[in-house]
Amino acid sequence: MDMPAPNPAIMGLKDRLVARLLAVLPTDAVIHDEAETRAYECDALTAYKCPPLAAVLPATTEDVSEVLRICHEMGVPVVPRGSGTSLAGGALPTADSVILGVARMTDVLETDYVNRVIRVQTGRTNLSVTGAVEEDGFFYAPDPSSQLACAIAGNIAMNSGGAHCLKYGVTTNNLLGVTMVTMDGTVVEIGGAHMDAGGLDLLGLVCGSEGQLGVVTEATLRILPKPEGARPVLMGYDSNEVAGQVVSDIIKAGVLPVAIEFMDRPCIRATEAFAKAGYPDCEALLIVEVEGSDAEIDEQLGLITQIARKHNPVELRESTSAEESARIWLGRKSAFGAMGQINDYMCLDGTIPVSQLPYVLRRIGEMSKDYGLDVGNVFHAGDGNMHPLILFDANKPGDLERCEAFGADILRLCVEVGGCLTGEHGVGIEKRDLMVDQFAPHDLDIQMAVKDVFDPKWLLNPAKVFPLAASAARRAA
Amino acid sequence: MKMMTPNTEADLAQIIASAQGPLHLFGGGTRPIGAPAAGEALSLSALSGIVAYEPGALTMVARAGTPVAEIEAALAAEGQRLAFEPMDHRGLLGTAGTPTIGGVVAANVSGPRRVAVGACRDFLLGVRFVDGTGRVLKNGGRVMKNVTGYDLVKLLAGSYGTLGVLSELSLKVLPAPETVTTLTLHGVDASGALEAMTRAITSPFEVSGAAYLPGDAPRALLRIEGFAGSVGYRVERLKTLLADLGEITQTDTPEQSAAIWQAVRDVDTLADCPTVWRVSMTPGAMVKGLLPALGDDPGPYQLDWAGGLCWLGGDAGAADMHARLQALVADRAVNGGGGGHATLVKGDAALRAAVPVFQPEPAPVAALTRGLREKFDPKGILNPGLMG
Ligand SMILES: Cc1cc2nc3c(=O)[nH]c(=O)nc-3n(C[C@H](O)[C@H](O)[C@H](O)COP(=O)(O)OP(=O)(O)OC[C@H]3O[C@@H](n4cnc5c(N)ncnc54)[C@H](O)[C@@H]3O)c2cc1C
Ligand SMILES: Cc1cc2nc3c(=O)[nH]c(=O)nc-3n(C[C@H](O)[C@H](O)[C@H](O)COP(=O)(O)OP(=O)(O)OC[C@H]3O[C@@H](n4cnc5c(N)ncnc54)[C@H](O)[C@@H]3O)c2cc1C
Repeated sequence: MDMPAPNPAIMGLKDRLVARLLAVLPTDAVIHDEAETRAYECDALTAYKCPPLAAVLPATTEDVSEVLRICHEMGVPVVPRGSGTSLAGGALPTADSVILGVARMTDVLETDYVNRVIRVQTGRTNLSVTGAVEEDGFFYAPDPSSQLACAIAGNIAMNSGGAHCLKYGVTTNNLLGVTMVTMDGTVVEIGGAHMDAGGLDLLGLVCGSEGQLGVVTEATLRILPKPEGARPVLMGYDSNEVAGQVVSDIIKAGVLPVAIEFMDRPCIRATEAFAKAGYPDCEALLIVEVEGSDAEIDEQLGLITQIARKHNPVELRESTSAEESARIWLGRKSAFGAMGQINDYMCLDGTIPVSQLPYVLRRIGEMSKDYGLDVGNVFHAGDGNMHPLILFDANKPGDLERCEAFGADILRLCVEVGGCLTGEHGVGIEKRDLMVDQFAPHDLDIQMAVKDVFDPKWLLNPAKVFPLAASAARRAA
Repeated sequence: MKMMTPNTEADLAQIIASAQGPLHLFGGGTRPIGAPAAGEALSLSALSGIVAYEPGALTMVARAGTPVAEIEAALAAEGQRLAFEPMDHRGLLGTAGTPTIGGVVAANVSGPRRVAVGACRDFLLGVRFVDGTGRVLKNGGRVMKNVTGYDLVKLLAGSYGTLGVLSELSLKVLPAPETVTTLTLHGVDASGALEAMTRAITSPFEVSGAAYLPGDAPRALLRIEGFAGSVGYRVERLKTLLADLGEITQTDTPEQSAAIWQAVRDVDTLADCPTVWRVSMTPGAMVKGLLPALGDDPGPYQLDWAGGLCWLGGDAGAADMHARLQALVADRAVNGGGGGHATLVKGDAALRAAVPVFQPEPAPVAALTRGLREKFDPKGILNPGLMG
């Protein structure tokens, strides 16, 4: 994947830029030493690295506004950054850009249980939002697996999801308002603590815009009362087709589980070797979790296991205690880690219509043979959001390229069957050049026209989301 | 009056591409909300029909002119529904016609269940639309999780046709519950109702509706839906939770419950008011800020969304009241910093032409909105002026 060549004229502005930034921020909030800027050279897509010109760590919305005003005036590109856990290269800098990190902006500004909202600075991590309200019986629903590390800033920019979004939705469904600073330094309040937009739904537009429309500094989030309890059931099947049918039957029966997770054989094996969760050695494994009081859980699990039995499971294990629940989730939660033990991996996240699951898994298996690279599948089956993990060896010349080509083929397949390139990780640089497979030129043009409105000079995270060729004229202007 | 009624998306695109002046869009002619828009009438009613429905994937694709009733019937046949519970505006606005799904989406219409499951925009997965230059565009898709590119789906929802004419929509649908019941808490004032609704909605007992009807027999309403065993359990827990607030009764049949919530949804209590506003603020600000600020007698109103939505009735031509209401909603001392908006939903044409129907936006937001309109509709021909 290419990045635009850095602009030498901008690189030449470094000293003046740093001086101006130091005039508005404390010394320790402006990082310009070459050894130190390395800390910001990549996100979790570690195959791509490039230290920025400088990095700044503002503490307030006003600081952010000052920084953006300066960069805007000097024509310096800015790449917003939360915790740097993006798997799509969304926070990857270029050598002529400033990283604007919100990691020091972690305050809880207000908690309001009557109105069920919390207002935070966006550098706060996802898990610590729940941490701020859980003693009072509340939680923040979107729960990406990276929730210990990732920030609300990145969650909003990527519209992140999690295991429980089948019931609770993703970030955009739990976001009520933001304070955002546009590239020219203007502070914009969008939404609030109330429901729905009074005019155009700019909040919906900003969420998922990958740091290209503005820097989000504060957010008002919906918090929900914790359910009384939750328990999963684990089921194993001989074929992906059957497991896919079970998912569809459960949904059709009118049960709405909070999560339906799916693992295929390569993933089950890797996980077993690593975490020893006691999973059956079978083709497809499902974990279905429901919530409520004990009796309510029993009622729902009763229905679910009844459906599961009709399809002859090789294993059916209903949790009856917190300990058993933890064991059932253990393997799923360590799946990424387990795959990482075997090799380097690339994690994709295309979404497909649930009905296409068996076909897509079969095709991925065939492609895996063609490319000579192993792949494991673990994903959110209730909503069709796949996570194929392709294993490769970063030290072997040509392996990364082969892996990327394989990944691109899988994502094209997702689009072909009526799905999309990314369900929750975002486009970033990773899927940028595949956008033409999902969108016609007009469809991309209207999106870029939106960026023209918020950031006419295309200085904010400019080399992401859109194919470089498609955005070239705008970036050059 | 002559009305253009394209049968295909291509014809629609052609009409818009060659349009010389403003176009006034309508689906079914049932929701004349907004400033009265001039222009040649363009009806979407012939772009009709369900394109795809996969109950096992909880998704449906339909053309924009499809009657809402047709969609609801197809879903009901599979035990599913539109969870955001779009209201039918005909009773309140005194309109006739057939409400279309495109009109629902264009106005982001959601009912009482919005407080528990989300708004229309939260269930909209994808759109096809024609922009003001006649380009056929798509965004989103048919799958439940999709972050590929900018989310123009949410932007189009609630844009009242001013950014593009919707031709096809894909929606997330949900299973209909096995049963439903309603608890009524009698004799409470607005503060008592707020207390009850707040306790209920912040409990784990999942209420899917929380409304308040003041008047001679003031009452707070709580809806509980799900499997029978679970509903029975939650009802008992809620009764205990609210026991100290007043007398509580429960409906006997699901049909009674359905009737109660349909009336709340369609704002039956205000059908006779010539002027009606719709106000969104936090529940706390609504009850502790706005209602007291309106004085001893705020006039006829009802609360929904656990207090977060207020429907308010007024006299004919109440321009002063309109200005006052929008000023109060924008006042931090009233809205508690949570913001909000007041929209004139019903009023005579003179009133709607004279006032900003939608809540005026702060300058930076208004500038972005204006910029977007210029990109989507550079000729300014799509329902021009409707949203101000
Ligand atoms: C092990 C692992 C598991 C993961 N699991 C999940 C998962 O289950 N679900 C899921 O959805 N994702 C998952 N992710 C991906 C990632 O964690 C999410 O995309 C997350 O939201 C990124 O947050 P961040 O704070 O780390 O953002 P960063 O990586 O710092 O940035 C991500 C994007 O947000 C932009 N951005 C950052 N801050 C701002 C700001 N203040 N204003 C505007 N834009 C900003 C950046 O420019 C970039 O484009 C996982 C990642 C890893 C490494
Ligand atoms: C029988 C009848 C005839 C009428 N004739 C005219 C007329 O000739 N000229 C006139 O100016 N008014 C006319 N009206 C007035 C009409 O009631 C409204 O002013 C206006 O048409 C609102 O449309 P609606 O209620 O059908 O929209 P609904 O279908 O209720 O939709 C609500 C909103 O969404 C918009 N919308 C609907 N479908 C789409 C779509 N697919 N894409 C994008 N936006 C959409 C509408 O413009 C409206 O703003 C007529 C009304 C009726 C009942």
